[in-house]
Amino acid sequence: MVAQAPEAQADAKGRPLPDAPAAQPGARAGAPAASSAAEASAREERLVGELLGSIDARADADDAAVREAADKTFGSKVSLKVKLLILLAVVAAFFFSFMMGKYAMTPVEVCQTFWAHFFDPANVDPKMDRVLFRIRLPRVGVVMLVGAALAVAGASYQGMFKNPLTSPDLLGASAGASLGACLALLWGLAGEYVQLFAFLGGMLAVGMAVWLNRQVDYDPTLGLVLAGILVSTLFQSGMSMVKFLADADDKLPTITFWLMGSFANVNAGDFLVSLLPMLVGFVILMSQSWKLNVLSFGDEEARAMGVKTRSTRLLVIFASTLITSASVAVAGIVGWIGLVIPHLARAIVGPNYKVLLPCSMVVGAVYLLLVDNIARLAMTVEVPIGILTAILGVPFFVVIFKHNMKGWR
Amino acid sequence: MAVLEVSDLRCGYGKKKPVEIVHGVSFSVDRGEFVCIIGANGCGKTTTLKAMMGLLPHAGGEVLVEGKPLSRMPEHERARHFAYIPQAHTPPFPFSVADVVLMGRTPYINKLAQTTARDRQIAYQALELLGIVGLAEKAYTNLSGGQQQLVLIARALTQQADVLVMDEPTAALDFGNQQLVLSRMSMLSRMGKAVVMVTHDPDHALFCADRVIVMDAGRVLAQGTPAECITTEMLARIYGTDARVVDVELDGGLRERVCVPVLAR
Repeated sequence: MVAQAPEAQADAKGRPLPDAPAAQPGARAGAPAASSAAEASAREERLVGELLGSIDARADADDAAVREAADKTFGSKVSLKVKLLILLAVVAAFFFSFMMGKYAMTPVEVCQTFWAHFFDPANVDPKMDRVLFRIRLPRVGVVMLVGAALAVAGASYQGMFKNPLTSPDLLGASAGASLGACLALLWGLAGEYVQLFAFLGGMLAVGMAVWLNRQVDYDPTLGLVLAGILVSTLFQSGMSMVKFLADADDKLPTITFWLMGSFANVNAGDFLVSLLPMLVGFVILMSQSWKLNVLSFGDEEARAMGVKTRSTRLLVIFASTLITSASVAVAGIVGWIGLVIPHLARAIVGPNYKVLLPCSMVVGAVYLLLVDNIARLAMTVEVPIGILTAILGVPFFVVIFKHNMKGWR
Repeated sequence: MAVLEVSDLRCGYGKKKPVEIVHGVSFSVDRGEFVCIIGANGCGKTTTLKAMMGLLPHAGGEVLVEGKPLSRMPEHERARHFAYIPQAHTPPFPFSVADVVLMGRTPYINKLAQTTARDRQIAYQALELLGIVGLAEKAYTNLSGGQQQLVLIARALTQQADVLVMDEPTAALDFGNQQLVLSRMSMLSRMGKAVVMVTHDPDHALFCADRVIVMDAGRVLAQGTPAECITTEMLARIYGTDARVVDVELDGGLRERVCVPVLAR
């Protein structure tokens, strides 16, 4: 074997690459500087053999120095400062949302009302209590749930489809949910049925996309994207048809406003109804975070590392669709959260899904809460939230894109 | 005992109308052996490689890893026997080198995906072995092609697999990095890893292979030592080109065998 000769030359040339392990300080071989290339390579080979033996030994080796260095290298890179800042943002946004509104409250009043509600029932101010617990708390809860849901679904899809420009409606979840809701509104069904139809419509559309992809024997992710486009088109046409058929004085405006998205009419019941599918989706996605990391290197590599890519993909699609459909059902179409927030989260904590998913959820919740406050307060009539997220999303995305670009390529 | 035995392997693509591309390939690989597969474009090298690792369904034949049949192996166990080192490519997100190398622990990790101290230790030693501890916190996407390839080798070592599988690992690398990657792989094979590599460059096979498998039209045309398999006649036969295989005397008494293409001008 003649492997050493070119390598020794390469070392002598001082390549920019950190080269042979023998050149590293702290190499445990501990020999003095080698006088000849042959000696150096023999030493290197010994070291490589030793390391490889240690790597491949399946038993627990006990080397405190290596363990410490390894924990330092692979430990969490999210600093305490970032964690505290995120926590602060959540608390601030939460508190701020309780104060603001047609019936403004001071921070002291908010605190007093909370305290009285739970610990001091005798001193409850009925008006404030009503505003806080009947109106604002459910709304804040639902907004945060939807923000977290859309962001986490978007982040998951971006990794799974290896594409940073993916949003959770890629496979037709939003189109399906919209058609479902439109039909229910057309038939004049009650609010709960609108939500149910929206939810089922979203699940049905994505189910169709998955089924279509299975019929054509093609690249697994690209096939899904194409199927998603087809299904979205189909359901959007259906939606246009419903609008065309709807009574222009009564039903059509209802449908149009519903589609723009709003949290204006949410109540505690909506929060509880959407909580279950959301929690199931969150837990599933979190459990797949490691596999999402591996999947973003491509299907083949992921399989070579032992990931059952097909079932992982189905699980992620199911969970994302569950929470996206539930979001549309409770709030209508709220665009851009799923696309923008994952990038913001990635800029804060990096791309590792184990921290990216929780961070996306928190950032998504806070962001949507702030946008919802603008929707409530900006004008005398409430602005549909879907319009605002789109208007704010564009400049927001440009800023993130500009600052994050160097990290991408 | 051979760590890997492939017997009469048949495979191809397509579920409904399968097209068989590999028509019965047999070979075995020993521990510490560096095997190169060469052949013209479209002769089934990559297909053989994928089927051998269990990434493609088999139409016939058998693959035994350490005496165990691959067909009855669950995914995570398969990944403990084979580690795939693909051509370096850029993922969509800037994962750190530490993240990428630790991904090699995927087949060992529990349901909750918590890495243990031992997992981190293995990944760290793989970085150490390849001399890239200094890169650990860098973004994988910002590395040069050669550095990315070393990271992927470290990830494969972290996988603790018996067989390292490579498909054209050096195709996108510059001259120096090609030598760097090949000499690293050749050292790993001397230390006991079995290496199976598909290559387009017969010089690479001469440089690092213990054994060469020559494929043609989905079959094994010849197998043996590089000296036996890489000859002027064989190159003419599989590539349809005129290239001479010659021995060159280098300074210090080193002898190297190389292929010199003779261009029709």
